[in-house]
Amino acid sequence: MSFLSYLINGISLGSVYAIIALGYTMVYGIAKMLNFAHGDVIMVGGYACLMLVLNLNANPFVAVLAAIVVCTVLGIVIESVAYRPLRNAASPLAVLITAIGVSYLLQNIVLLIFGSNPKSFQTVVPIPDLKLADGALTITGEAIATILCSVIIMIVLTLFINKTKAGQAMLAVAEDKGAAQLMGINVNGTIALTFAIGSGLAAVAGVLLCSSYPSLTPYTGSMPGIKAFVAAVFGGIGSIPGAMIGGILLGVIEILGKAYISSQLADAIVFAVLIIVLLVKPTGLLGKQIQEKV
Amino acid sequence: MMNKMTKKTKSNLITYLIVIAAFVIVQAMVSTGHISSLFKGLLVPICVYVILALSLNLVVGISGELSLGHAGFMCVGAFASALFTKCTSDAITATPIRFTLAILIGAAMAALFGLLIGIPVLRLKGDYLAIVTLAFGEIIKNVVNAFYIGKDSHGFHFTMKDQFSLGMEPDGQVLLNGPQGITGVTKDSSFLIGVILILITLFIVLNLIDSRDGRAIQAIRDNRIAASTVGISITKYKLMAFTISAALAGAAGALYSHNLATLQASKFNFNTSILVLVFVVLGGIGNMRGSIIAAVLLTVLPELLRGLADLRMLIYAIILIVMMLFNWAPKALEWRERYLGRIFNKSAKEGK
Amino acid sequence: MKKFGKVLGIMTAAALTAGALSVGAAAEDTFKIGSSGPMTGPAATYGNAVMNAAQIAVDEINEAGGANGVMLEFNPQDDEHDAEKAVNAYNTLKDWGMQAFLGTVTSGPCIAVEAEAVNDNMFLLTPSGSAVDCITAGDNAFRVCFSDPDQGTASAKYIGENGLAEKIAVIYDSSDVYSSGVYATFQAEAANQPFEIVCAEAFTADSKTDFSVQLQKAKESGAELVFLPFYYNEIALVFTQADAMGFAPKWFGVDGMDGILTVEGFDTSLTEGVMLLTPFSADAEDERTKNFVAKYQELHNEVPNQFAADAYDGVYAIAAAIEKAGITADMDASEVCDLLKVAMTEISIDGVTGTGMTWDASGEPSKDPKAVVIENGAYKGM
Repeated sequence: MSFLSYLINGISLGSVYAIIALGYTMVYGIAKMLNFAHGDVIMVGGYACLMLVLNLNANPFVAVLAAIVVCTVLGIVIESVAYRPLRNAASPLAVLITAIGVSYLLQNIVLLIFGSNPKSFQTVVPIPDLKLADGALTITGEAIATILCSVIIMIVLTLFINKTKAGQAMLAVAEDKGAAQLMGINVNGTIALTFAIGSGLAAVAGVLLCSSYPSLTPYTGSMPGIKAFVAAVFGGIGSIPGAMIGGILLGVIEILGKAYISSQLADAIVFAVLIIVLLVKPTGLLGKQIQEKV
Repeated sequence: MMNKMTKKTKSNLITYLIVIAAFVIVQAMVSTGHISSLFKGLLVPICVYVILALSLNLVVGISGELSLGHAGFMCVGAFASALFTKCTSDAITATPIRFTLAILIGAAMAALFGLLIGIPVLRLKGDYLAIVTLAFGEIIKNVVNAFYIGKDSHGFHFTMKDQFSLGMEPDGQVLLNGPQGITGVTKDSSFLIGVILILITLFIVLNLIDSRDGRAIQAIRDNRIAASTVGISITKYKLMAFTISAALAGAAGALYSHNLATLQASKFNFNTSILVLVFVVLGGIGNMRGSIIAAVLLTVLPELLRGLADLRMLIYAIILIVMMLFNWAPKALEWRERYLGRIFNKSAKEGK
Repeated sequence: MKKFGKVLGIMTAAALTAGALSVGAAAEDTFKIGSSGPMTGPAATYGNAVMNAAQIAVDEINEAGGANGVMLEFNPQDDEHDAEKAVNAYNTLKDWGMQAFLGTVTSGPCIAVEAEAVNDNMFLLTPSGSAVDCITAGDNAFRVCFSDPDQGTASAKYIGENGLAEKIAVIYDSSDVYSSGVYATFQAEAANQPFEIVCAEAFTADSKTDFSVQLQKAKESGAELVFLPFYYNEIALVFTQADAMGFAPKWFGVDGMDGILTVEGFDTSLTEGVMLLTPFSADAEDERTKNFVAKYQELHNEVPNQFAADAYDGVYAIAAAIEKAGITADMDASEVCDLLKVAMTEISIDGVTGTGMTWDASGEPSKDPKAVVIENGAYKGM
């Protein structure tokens, strides 16, 4: 029974990682950049939602939509100001470092506006907790909502990329920017759209993260951001189902490691499993094998 | 060809001279008292970060691999050397000898870890390699954080549980106290030792680049398949760069741990690894002089911004983004070529 | 490549010259108190509380005509909860002409700064650095808060002597100096007490959002009381998650828990019956506390926590010691230190964290940890 309970907790935690990892992997797949500021966009989404609910008494549903709009705009602005000028830089590392700069910037702007005191987030999820086996097993409403959202987002993203013109354009840009441009695809627009979607997803992730773990500070996003990055690599970065699976697995391993091996070394265990997985499957669980050409 | 070589040697010489000149100027300022306490206190940290930047640049710039776990090697070096100093502070009273040994032990332990980690890691490529280095860095931090070492009349005791599980005699002394780390390491680091270490690091890195081995490493970076077809052992050379880099980071760790009275594993986290990577990229990947300058600039900058109070880190972030755009964006480079290029070319000509 | 090396180089040279030469000329007419603590980064909330409260105390003293006529000036610096940055902050303050140091806020950095301060013979009073080693390097260092062993031992004794529980679970932050320090002494004292630690689970700074495993284990071990020696930010999460899983033991915290009632938007009904050791209660009815809390709320729009209270008392302690020793604003830091470290052992302070506080030469304050229980969203003495 306790194992089942740990498993459920692991899946709940993992679903949060999964939903963040979806945004990560989306941006990586198209723009080929590790967006280290993604975790901080999540945090901004959390604050946007919380402020609307607290100060304007907005309906939670409206607040979530507004947070999505805020983050989408933020994503587009970040992309066009900080990342686009570096797209053709001599090294792909340049934009990685700039992303770190953006991450510091977002943290410090929020710190200045809202202060350093933690804010307690009120859940926006209307689903009640699910109690099984006479209350011995509890699945929180937030966990159900997060898992549902991740699955829906995964399906919608997959359909969007495979079935729509804009999605096909993304695939083309991911494959070869130059060729895509020659085919008449608006590369800048497509990448901006990718960031817009990725950041919108970040807002959803932020709201769900803060609903499950209701403490919000300017640094709330950074650690889940890194964990989600790990999850995305775990599943094979660039792969949308991979991000989902990677996220859930990461959560389950973290919880089981804590429960059965050592709570002090839980993080080390997660990373050790990651290393073993990558040594066996060097491009993650569902990553594409890239053939090297001479 | 001959000409090119001498140009390179000249450039290397200039780099050494810059370091030595900086040392002489600073020492002159120290001895005449024209230096603020802040700057005096920053001298050793600056040396630490310069060495870290140089060593990481060896992996990122010369070997062409992205490593996100450099702080882990620094951590190994810092703790190994600090433990050595704690254990031998009574036995070896001559500080220079003890500290030299401590640095060597720190570097050797870090090199050992670099080698052990490098063997599996270097089979991976690109971002996957990056994340595995990140993972190892975090594992090192977490394990050191859970480690307890004590010493009593029966010898050494180790545990990963807690202080009491050491099972020591009452006369025992806890050397490494888990998350509370090591306290009371003697302050042996000085600016002189730091600069000597920088020069040694530079000597190792610059000579490696120009050596036969270095050319093999760079050939692998530029095209691993082509390199392997001409008989270059990819694993051997990558491992070589990785291990040397780890050893240098370990030496920097030793310098770091002997500069502060307290040492905790939590310092060597992902953010520290990233900070060193920022130095490398900002200064120019593969450009050693750039790494030195960027490490100095970004270590001093947050301190100079203290006058801004609340806005300090915000402005720091903005400056970082602007500098990155200015140094890397193709458009900015073009613009600089057009406007600043003229000024620099002119001064360069006059210099001749 | 080369060119931006040059641009960077020029920027660096300019920056260095500016930095190296900026030896501040100190004004002679005020007594300069410096402080450092995390004002950015994940620990910022503790540093900001200290800086805000210290400034309030300094302003109050100055409004009342200064300490024996000596006007005070306060300079807060950010150290990001990092030992290296704390030393930089300390050196910046030295350049500014600091005569006494109220810091640092957190334990790890404090140990590093104390090593520097001993060499400089600079007076150091840490408001909230609770690790033993914060003040052991020399006789120049004092503290306002309880030390870790004080809190751990007192908690174990309190639980044991009052028979609060027989089976106890502990959850602690194994990556934090303060939390693991309190836990270690709690564990040591537990051996002498009539209860048993049935479960001790850690968490780290990298995974401090999910406490389900720790709580589950505590629940399964049959613990009647859970000891939580860490900060209120995480404790708020623990309470929420315990509530969701229907786990309702007795909770016992130390001074880091103070502040739990001030977390914006937190459902304080979850804290009913929680016990903690704290020197400070923002609801206290005495004039001093009421005045301090009102001012803090007016200026910063939040209820001050124990960090703020310790800093507030720290400034008053320095002021009292200045009066006692007859220190004037034109003395240099070393001279001030020699006088202050004697005067500190002679003063007695009635502050917001205790009445009749005195210090001995070791630097530890004499005040007893006070146990309170939360009832109807407010502290009540036990």
